[in-house]
Amino acid sequence: MTDILFLAEILVAVLLIIGAAFTLIGSYGLLKLDQPMKRLHAPTKASTLGVGSLLLAAMIHAFATGDGSLHEMLVMAFLFVTAPISGNFIAKVHLHRQRGGAELPAPPEEETWATYAEK
Amino acid sequence: MALQMTRRLLPHPLLTTLLIVVWCLLINDITLGTMVFGAILGLLIPMATRAYWPDRPRIRNPLRLVSYLGLVIWDIIVANVQVAMIVLFKRNADMAPNWVVIPLELRTPEAITMLAGTITLTPGTVSADLSADGRALLVHALDAPDPDAVRDDIKSRYERRLKEIFE
Amino acid sequence: MIDTALYIATGAVGLAQILAMIRLVIGPHTGDRILALDTMVINAIGLIILLGLIWGTQIYFESALIFAMLGFVSTVALARFVLRGDIIE
Repeated sequence: MTDILFLAEILVAVLLIIGAAFTLIGSYGLLKLDQPMKRLHAPTKASTLGVGSLLLAAMIHAFATGDGSLHEMLVMAFLFVTAPISGNFIAKVHLHRQRGGAELPAPPEEETWATYAEK
Repeated sequence: MALQMTRRLLPHPLLTTLLIVVWCLLINDITLGTMVFGAILGLLIPMATRAYWPDRPRIRNPLRLVSYLGLVIWDIIVANVQVAMIVLFKRNADMAPNWVVIPLELRTPEAITMLAGTITLTPGTVSADLSADGRALLVHALDAPDPDAVRDDIKSRYERRLKEIFE
Repeated sequence: MIDTALYIATGAVGLAQILAMIRLVIGPHTGDRILALDTMVINAIGLIILLGLIWGTQIYFESALIFAMLGFVSTVALARFVLRGDIIE
């Protein structure tokens, strides 16, 4: 019994450190990278996975100490579903700002990208 | 006749299931009471919002969907280690950011949404925009000296599987 | 052992919050500021969870959930405002 608790404790500690490291890398990338579109990469991926890992640690901790709970899953699922959508919106903001002056590849079949299309 | 009644009462069976699960997780307890109240919510909300979502998404192959989700979760973990290495150890001038155009074979909105979300969460790529007619996806890659390889990789790894699941 | 890991993690996430705040201040474009705010919301969710673990209570999970929802909605609203000059059309 104590062996299992000890293993859970190690697992929780490792997950906490990994999650915190990814969160830190996400914010460091946000500060370090030098183009707006490049900056989008670090926070959308690393921060989401970092907080996901912290939530997993909290869930395992709750199960190890007795009162197990699963509702951390909700926050995790919500973050992973919404991260691409907010990333896409911010990319659209960048595209909107560079309207006309950007060196974008053209889509096939003589269309425009949806952000530039006339409504 | 019976089929029509079922369609009217249960326009989106998957949404109903999801609502019951989310309600049980919110209460953080699985008892008969929470299940029944979750089922009531799961019946009322899809009926009230049916007008906004007339088409039922067709999933041809639920098992494939589960294995696809497993693949994506694994790729997210691998991709994050790669991106972390690029962010930490590569100088800004050494990176080769590139735009990639992906012509789409998928047509259903649900499948395109899943593909765009997958691209954003996996190796060094963010989906930025869709063409006005919905037939091509604009993707930004953080460090891709060869954009064509990225395009072929995404098409063979994710789009082919999504096509099997949804179409 | 968990205590040490918790304090290291809290320090790291707090540092991440400061880095994101620097990006929020220096900009230079609106998109960068929206992205910095989005990152700060995600980091704040991490901090709330760590706080709940340190104090050994579960009551902070609701606030983490509400933070996640409000953060997503405000990111989308800000982006839409820049894109269209209007939020609900």
